[in-house]
Amino acid sequence: MFEFFRETYYVMWGDLKFMRHNALNILVSSIMGPLLYLLAFGFGLGQGLGVEVEGLPYIAFIIPGIAALTSLSASFSAVSARLNTQRLYYRSLDEILMCPISISSIVFGKSMQGVIRGIISSSIIFAMGLAMAPEHLHFTFLYAVSIVLSCFTFSFLGVSAALLANTHQAMATFSNLIILPMTFLCGTFFSVNSLPSVFQAVLFALPLTHSSVTARASALGWDFPWASLLVLLCFCIAFFVLNVYLIKKKKV
Amino acid sequence: MIGDPLTDIIVVNGLVKRYGNEVAIDGLDLRIKKGEMYGFLGPNGAGKTTAVRVISMLTSFSEGNVSVGGYDIIKDQKEAKKLMGVVQQHISLDKDLTVRENMMHRAMTQKIPAGERKKRIDKLVGYIGLEEYMDRTIDSLSGGWKKRAAIVCSLLHEPEVLFLDEPTVGLDIQARRLIWDLIRKLNDEGTTIFLTSHYIEEVEALCSTVGIIDKGKLIAHGSPADLCNKIGSTAVEYHGRDHKTEYKYFSSRGDANDFASTLGDEHTVLIRNTSLEDCFVELTGKKVEDD
Repeated sequence: MFEFFRETYYVMWGDLKFMRHNALNILVSSIMGPLLYLLAFGFGLGQGLGVEVEGLPYIAFIIPGIAALTSLSASFSAVSARLNTQRLYYRSLDEILMCPISISSIVFGKSMQGVIRGIISSSIIFAMGLAMAPEHLHFTFLYAVSIVLSCFTFSFLGVSAALLANTHQAMATFSNLIILPMTFLCGTFFSVNSLPSVFQAVLFALPLTHSSVTARASALGWDFPWASLLVLLCFCIAFFVLNVYLIKKKKV
Repeated sequence: MIGDPLTDIIVVNGLVKRYGNEVAIDGLDLRIKKGEMYGFLGPNGAGKTTAVRVISMLTSFSEGNVSVGGYDIIKDQKEAKKLMGVVQQHISLDKDLTVRENMMHRAMTQKIPAGERKKRIDKLVGYIGLEEYMDRTIDSLSGGWKKRAAIVCSLLHEPEVLFLDEPTVGLDIQARRLIWDLIRKLNDEGTTIFLTSHYIEEVEALCSTVGIIDKGKLIAHGSPADLCNKIGSTAVEYHGRDHKTEYKYFSSRGDANDFASTLGDEHTVLIRNTSLEDCFVELTGKKVEDD
């Protein structure tokens, strides 16, 4: 186990250096999108129009959803963009693949940049939410578990996309077809329960829906949806296994 | 264990690599001895880079088996990887990091003990003369310095065999000669060199054994002199007024002179020793630049 952590650290070391070189740039770009959603939907739609959802001010309702969304956007984009560049253009992924490092460590190591960026960015969003709606939002252990699991899930998804996409255009297409619809539809800005059952079935087949409902329930003190946490864990494991398979079969 | 680990460092048996219906490597057999400087020569698209990528475990293969240092590259991947250093044709360093960071990262992923990393980097960098470039990003270096940085990275874990895939392509003559000197020194110190190139003079200058690959098949193998003797050690190069040059090869200079005397006065004739390039063209039926 110690060897696994050591190898993971060795793999992620280069990405940590990259993050250090570009810290401000990364931070600003990671939270800019979620911040705009917060301003537009939270203040504009929520406070401006006085909208309430499930008996809560809209700002309190959407902040856990936006934190979950941030875990998706920051984790996925951080990993997919850099790893795809390292694989196709720098070809520096080859150098790691030629080293005596286990495939699991390579997958974890290349994902950690996304996990770190996801946690930092969603924490900033949630901290702002705590300041805006302190009477409704609470930082709990299950909230932390939900967000960290979400960051791992979407980082692994980012690795899969980076390993599968053979051009920048393919990566952009993946983002437009998978990530963008998830951003708006997976219960980040509204309650999935308010939709017809057929739409609910579709949305509960996507990981961000489970990330949103677990983050929201744990932050607002609602009954915790353990089934969603389990489904999120299954997505996380499935993406990890897919990445191991892609590298093991040398399909990268 | 495959092959004789005492003498063979690389053993390739019946290697086949297919991409769909296309066969990139077609039943390749190789035995490369420890300490050898092996040149792998072939036209563009012959399968040289694919062979290096398969042996260095970057690409899967369809049939056959490969061992490095006696370790099967499928069953004993980690052990085989420890013995290999690879300098790819394209610079494969992280262009967002500095030269020093790239080297330190490689030292870590090669699991060099923490106390050793800086010492090994400093030693190789000093030897290769990269000191003043260490805090520059990879992209800010010229092609020759990038290649030297890549060579340092591939040598940090002191591999027993170093794969160099087209190591001097795109470099000026000074940079090329410096890299040739470095390759010779590494080989003198005991590192087995597996060099792929489409520069025939490079292989001729450096390698004791040469394999010629064409359309994924090894079509000739031996020392440069053996290969030349196969087609004839003396070449007659001649052209008439149409300036279309013809070549004939003979096993002795006497036979070559006899042939030259039969050519008319309108021919310009040169009698010389057969070169590896002659051998290559004769065996593959094409010039190295041809696709």
